[in-house]
Amino acid sequence: MDYSNKRRQFIKGSALTIASGAFSGLLPRFGNAQSSKIKVGFMLPYSGTYANLGVGIENGFRLFVQEKGGKLAGREIEFIRVDDESDPSKATDNANKLILRDKVDLIVGTVHSGVAMGMVKLTREAGILHIIPNAGAAAATGALCSPNIFRTSFTNWQAIYPLGKHIYSKGQKTAVWVTWKYGAGDEAGEGFKEGYISVGGKVIKELAIPFPSMEFQSVLTEIAFLKPDAVACFFAGAAGAKFIKDYAAAGLKGKIPLYSSFLTDGVLDAVGTDAEGIESTAHYGDSLQIKKDKEFRIAYAKAFKMQPDAFGVQGYDSAQLFAIGLDAVKGDISNKAGMIVAMENAKIDSPRGVWTMSKAHNPVQDIYLRRVVGKENKVIGIAHKALADHARGCKMT
Amino acid sequence: MEINSILIQLLNGIQYGLLLFLVAAGLTLVFGIMGVINLAHGSFYMIGAYLAWSLAELAGSFWVGIAIGIVLTIILGMVLEVVFFKHLYRRDHLYQVLMTYGLILIFEDLRSVLWGNDIHGVVIPELLNSSIQLTENLTYPMYRFFVSAVCIAIAIGLYLTIQRTRLGMIIRAGATNSEMTQVLGVNIKLIHAVVFSIGVSLAAIAGMVASPISSAYPNMGTQVLITCFVIVVIGGIGSVWGALAGALLIGLADTFGNVFAPEYSGLSVFILMSIILIWRPEGLFKRSYK
Repeated sequence: MDYSNKRRQFIKGSALTIASGAFSGLLPRFGNAQSSKIKVGFMLPYSGTYANLGVGIENGFRLFVQEKGGKLAGREIEFIRVDDESDPSKATDNANKLILRDKVDLIVGTVHSGVAMGMVKLTREAGILHIIPNAGAAAATGALCSPNIFRTSFTNWQAIYPLGKHIYSKGQKTAVWVTWKYGAGDEAGEGFKEGYISVGGKVIKELAIPFPSMEFQSVLTEIAFLKPDAVACFFAGAAGAKFIKDYAAAGLKGKIPLYSSFLTDGVLDAVGTDAEGIESTAHYGDSLQIKKDKEFRIAYAKAFKMQPDAFGVQGYDSAQLFAIGLDAVKGDISNKAGMIVAMENAKIDSPRGVWTMSKAHNPVQDIYLRRVVGKENKVIGIAHKALADHARGCKMT
Repeated sequence: MEINSILIQLLNGIQYGLLLFLVAAGLTLVFGIMGVINLAHGSFYMIGAYLAWSLAELAGSFWVGIAIGIVLTIILGMVLEVVFFKHLYRRDHLYQVLMTYGLILIFEDLRSVLWGNDIHGVVIPELLNSSIQLTENLTYPMYRFFVSAVCIAIAIGLYLTIQRTRLGMIIRAGATNSEMTQVLGVNIKLIHAVVFSIGVSLAAIAGMVASPISSAYPNMGTQVLITCFVIVVIGGIGSVWGALAGALLIGLADTFGNVFAPEYSGLSVFILMSIILIWRPEGLFKRSYK
């Protein structure tokens, strides 16, 4: 085989790699349709990086249903699961499995914003009830908002918007913004800048790392030379852990304070003391002085032998929201309009504190200020009371 | 931009490039000599990182953990070669892609079963847990210099093995004409197993050595794999020197791309790839031993 020929095949092979992604769709399927049970379809990540998040959401949902004796509005609930693999290219197929094949009454999903947007396109057309239990993409309750689509988590903008005011109040008047270059990072960037600039802060440079690269050395060097008063960033999961460690290793910790929204969630065991003292804003945190949260944490730990996090709360609230809709129509799932009205006016008694639904169907909620203390994202105050997303482009507002 | 800042960025780029080289070298070696496209190569990087984490905890020492890890990955490489890869050498690349893609899924699931889905930090060994003050508010971790030194040492070792030893001569002969080499009395099957196992352990060593900086986390191999394919293509497929040059170029392009054009960060690497492939469609280096 001559050289150039070999090379061509190599490239052809690489292209096939991408194509072969399509073969991996094995999905667990539980239960079958026949009775008059209400069917809830979970389209969540059960494999890959976000597997733990998907499980957390499902656990939260199931916990609420369990607390109600396995029934909502007197009707039994049947769960059907589809693994979305956090793969946007499979979003349509996976959502159609639940909508067309299983004919679910409610679809709950998902974590990854790209997949969630793929689902939204379908559920808008199908008119099926859809609760987004995590993904923070603005458009789902913005330009693409729809009466049948609700979100129980946050928008990327909402979680970080109050941060700027807090930073400025500490006398830190210049900041550098760092993010992954992708949709959620850009939306968070808008939120941060809007909040910070509106109180008089100055963003002296915006830095970005290609998604999903985790080589931060270049931006850390740049930060050291720019010498801002503060650094705000958007990274999550493994990248968050690595950014925190690299930030400390570059000697910047203690010199230039680091802020974020979800940077420190779920990574505190991995990063150890390097995260100590990092402040962030989010809709949930640890050591909340809320009775409901304490009860929730005990019940969750008892049911699943592990501690809940924000994802468990979002799953739990998704079930609460659905139950409010069902109760209003006495379990008559065919009365969708009645359910939607009740869900729009819902007041959710959540572990994160009571919240209501905005006209665009995104939570109006308190955004907490948190500080890393030991292995906790300890809530130290409320950064913004009852904050609603701006819901740009939504025709329902 | 200050000159100091550019010099430090240069250091960042080279350091990143050297680490990428370690992974890409195994990929290019296995393709150059056996003609196998190994998509599962990134998984070995992940396995290395997880081994470093779990063995360092078990053994109580990072160094002992790495030593055991290297032995384990060499054995893993041998076993994989005998059970799976040797059947692929004469097959079409489609089979290779399908099987090695399948292996990625299997390795990810095994990782999930064995080690769970959490992120794990690996503690930097005490000996190297210091840093050098570069500017008034920037320090450079000693451990990163250590990683670079390991990469350079392995690059030199690889060169000497391939060019100056009897084993290297046989490997080169086998790559040029495996049947003729066999006729001359060389056990080419054994040579293939050795080369494959070197390739696996190179990726795993990269994962182990990098683990204190990168942590161990699910799917970590996938990102590295894509970058390494870019490196192998621009370096010239099968050429170890090409992999080194390609890795350094990519490291620098990524570093400076992030700083000078943050709006388009991520593009720099692929722009570089396009320019090089237009200029030299076969990559920078042809295989030196063919």
